Amino acid sequence: MEQAKNDTILEINDLKVIYKTDDAIVEAVNDIHLHIGKGKTLGLVGETGAGKTTTALSILRLLPSMTGHITGGEILFDGHNLLDYSEHEMQAVRGNLISMVFQDPMTSLNPVLTVGDQIAEAISLHNPDMSHEQIEAKVDETLSMVGILTSRKSDYPHQFSGGMKQRVVIAMALCCEPELLIADEPTTALDVTIQAQVLSMMRDLRDRLGTSMLMITHDLGIVAQVCDDVAVMYAGEILEAGTAEDLFLGEKHHPYTVGLFDSIPNLDSRAARLKPIPGLVPDPTDLPKGCVFSPRCSHCMEICRQQRPRTLKFGTHSIRCHLFENPEGGNADGK
Amino acid sequence: MENKQPLIKTVDLKKYFKLKGNHYLHAVDGVNLEIMPSETLGVVGESGCGKSTLGRTILKLIEPSSGQIFYDGEEITHYSVRQMRPMRKNIQIIFQDPYACLDARKSVIDIIAEYMVIHHTYRTRHEIYNHAAELMDQVGLARRYANMYPHELDGGRRQRVGIARALSLNPKFIMCDEPVSALDVSIQAQILNLLMDLQDQLGLAYMFVTHDLSVVKHISDNIMVMYLGLCVEKAPSDELFAHPLHPYTQALLAAIPKPDITLRNQQMKLIRGEVTSPIDVKPGCRFASRCDHCRPECLERDPEFTEISPGHFVACHMVTAGSSVPAGQP
Amino acid sequence: MKRKTDSTRDDSFRRPSQAKEIWRRFCKSKGALIGLCLLVFVLAVLIFGPVFVSYKSATTQDYNSLLASPSAEHIFGCDGFGRDIFARIIYGGRTSLSVALIATATSCIFGCALGAIAGYFGGWIDSIIMRALDIFMSVPDILFTMAVVVALGASATNLIIALTLAYFSNYVRLVRSQVLSLSEQDYVEAARAGGSGNARIILSHILPNAIGVIIVNATLNVAKIIIYESTLSFLGLGMPPPQPEWGLMLSEAREFMRTAPHLLFFPAAAIVLCACSVNLVGDGLRDALDPHLKS
Repeated sequence: MEQAKNDTILEINDLKVIYKTDDAIVEAVNDIHLHIGKGKTLGLVGETGAGKTTTALSILRLLPSMTGHITGGEILFDGHNLLDYSEHEMQAVRGNLISMVFQDPMTSLNPVLTVGDQIAEAISLHNPDMSHEQIEAKVDETLSMVGILTSRKSDYPHQFSGGMKQRVVIAMALCCEPELLIADEPTTALDVTIQAQVLSMMRDLRDRLGTSMLMITHDLGIVAQVCDDVAVMYAGEILEAGTAEDLFLGEKHHPYTVGLFDSIPNLDSRAARLKPIPGLVPDPTDLPKGCVFSPRCSHCMEICRQQRPRTLKFGTHSIRCHLFENPEGGNADGK
Repeated sequence: MENKQPLIKTVDLKKYFKLKGNHYLHAVDGVNLEIMPSETLGVVGESGCGKSTLGRTILKLIEPSSGQIFYDGEEITHYSVRQMRPMRKNIQIIFQDPYACLDARKSVIDIIAEYMVIHHTYRTRHEIYNHAAELMDQVGLARRYANMYPHELDGGRRQRVGIARALSLNPKFIMCDEPVSALDVSIQAQILNLLMDLQDQLGLAYMFVTHDLSVVKHISDNIMVMYLGLCVEKAPSDELFAHPLHPYTQALLAAIPKPDITLRNQQMKLIRGEVTSPIDVKPGCRFASRCDHCRPECLERDPEFTEISPGHFVACHMVTAGSSVPAGQP
Repeated sequence: MKRKTDSTRDDSFRRPSQAKEIWRRFCKSKGALIGLCLLVFVLAVLIFGPVFVSYKSATTQDYNSLLASPSAEHIFGCDGFGRDIFARIIYGGRTSLSVALIATATSCIFGCALGAIAGYFGGWIDSIIMRALDIFMSVPDILFTMAVVVALGASATNLIIALTLAYFSNYVRLVRSQVLSLSEQDYVEAARAGGSGNARIILSHILPNAIGVIIVNATLNVAKIIIYESTLSFLGLGMPPPQPEWGLMLSEAREFMRTAPHLLFFPAAAIVLCACSVNLVGDGLRDALDPHLKS
């Protein structure tokens, strides 16, 4: 038991997040459970508005302070609940222990400072005792780690291409050797060939530094190539989670996961039509009463509209769906 | 002799943008293409390869620097805005960003009706709005959205509004500029299906510009791969995926992360470096600096665009030499 | 196609009137409605005021009631020449406010047109307009207006011309920068792809999207122009005396500020009331024209 605890870097239990505006309450995240093992990469997959970024911002406690509120649950980082931390304690966590890479590299870089200065600033912020020379050496080391010539450290962000900028952002996120890296769609803004370069670089760095990672993406291809574990998120809930093998090779799947796979145009065969999921993501201010996916689900049963399904466990694989609730299905071997 | 006439044809089309200090940005650098009626040409390339500029130049939203554009045999290269106006009924465009392409101050029905108002397609406003409502049915947009404004709709519905607007003048050719890249996967599939259904019903020809090879494969008859303003490879869709010849096409194919866990431990085949600058391009193969098979001649002169097998063209010194075709991938 | 329309007349589509929509959104804002009521009130008083007080009482000097406090006879009191302040406010308002509103409108239209042309067409047209404007703006406003009024003579029309020339340059810069960013938008390209001409694109797509900043600027200018008129009057370039004018009344009241503050208070209140109501209506209009705030 104790052993198991030590293997976990981040555990989220029953997390609930709402956004309160003048006229509506948006339930952005509802009772989610996540678990990231040390040195492992968890892929959080879902469409726009599923609550992926909200989850990430909750971990760093960076939700917009006027509207976003965490109303329940716990976020255990190395066994400590981050939700109990003071703002001051959180500042020591951000960047040092957990850092984040955003989708648009331009928003994370200051256009009027050179790239080297920005990395140096991040380093000196978390290592106030370092001498100027030590910091410079560390900047060089960090830049070469992400494959940027050290001679370019006196360049400004606009002199870099999109892929290079994202490398700089990743360098900044990794320069303090955090234990957990949250990457929010880090390659969505990049071209495929550059995406492949950045992904393979992230993979190498993760393996070398032993960093755990939370990879937020909408692309199942990226998940398949990079992640050890996967959680599929939809309308603020995690509908299916498990190891990558469970998701890609397992037999039982949540209908939403099936729909996601079917929506991807297949490179190997040219079907006449794609099989999209009908309908649209539900309005987050007015979620369906039963299962959140029920209005779009082709297997929707009466009970799906009435009652929220439980999370059924099949070993490492968990599915939140009434379909597997029958005796020969989930309950039999469920825990 | 050839009784089928291409609907859209360009001959050595070039678009250079003049920059400060007598430098030129070679956005499109001599592209020849033909699109037959009811056919789809997929144009693939990374950002900055000139694919969007090419599309906009064909639509004469940007004036070409040189070369010729034909619509149904009629040369439209030097048509003025006024001469183009009747042509606009036949060639239309769907935009990438469903947020920016709709005027936020106009209601959905006004946006769809706008082109018909400009062209006086119907005698009365009443008929125009009725037809706009029919178009909404056609693209699968419930009529209750007619009086809403774009910001009240999600990306997928907004894209449907854009499609309805493009269809409003009964065009024969639609330039689709990354129409699904801003959408979620499940919505992306809905829009792709809609576009294919419309093609079947109305006999539309598409030029489908995208950076996503998996999307074009699905919808295109022919695919053209662009790199730095040039077409490097062109082939029927299935042929291109089965036998990609140009090293760049191969790299593009290899770079797509596949949703297949069994491939994860294969080292991704990467191409080095980044797209070089399209400003004041020097002669020689544009891809040479990133190519693993680069040879001296690649740096010296432009490779010719040669037909390797029927319908399959490629511009690569190595392939045309015939000696050592790079290994097929993947 | 046309026949089909006839056969489907049942589900024929009716589009709600735009004006009604805008009015509905306008009514949603309390501030806008209050502003509108105030403005209607002010205008009504100015329009129908002459029924109750004659122009004569605004200009007749009555030495028996110099600096008289408000009373039943002179409800706002009298000024330093014994003229009835209420009458002067009404007749002054008729000129001040109409000059301010018309000058705002003309400077706005003139400035927006130039700005839109400069921003939309760019190139040498833009260069010519903007360089001309730079030269124009390097001459101080007051000097320029003086020159115009001196050259053309002091009258309401000439005042409007002078004020228009003094105030249009703001709009040119404002609208030009808006047009520059808006004409890059995809929907403008979409309109062009549909065969829209330049005039249609500017009038139907670009200006409506820039209207918010234009309206805010224009409403702020109404109050500014009223004050500016007083500056001109002070220099003897405004309406020829003894014709009343709000700004002039303010500057005349200065010397009696301690002894007879009502001289200052009433014209000041009138200016504030007008400026406030115009600003409230302007804000309401800006929001009403913006469908983003529909719900």
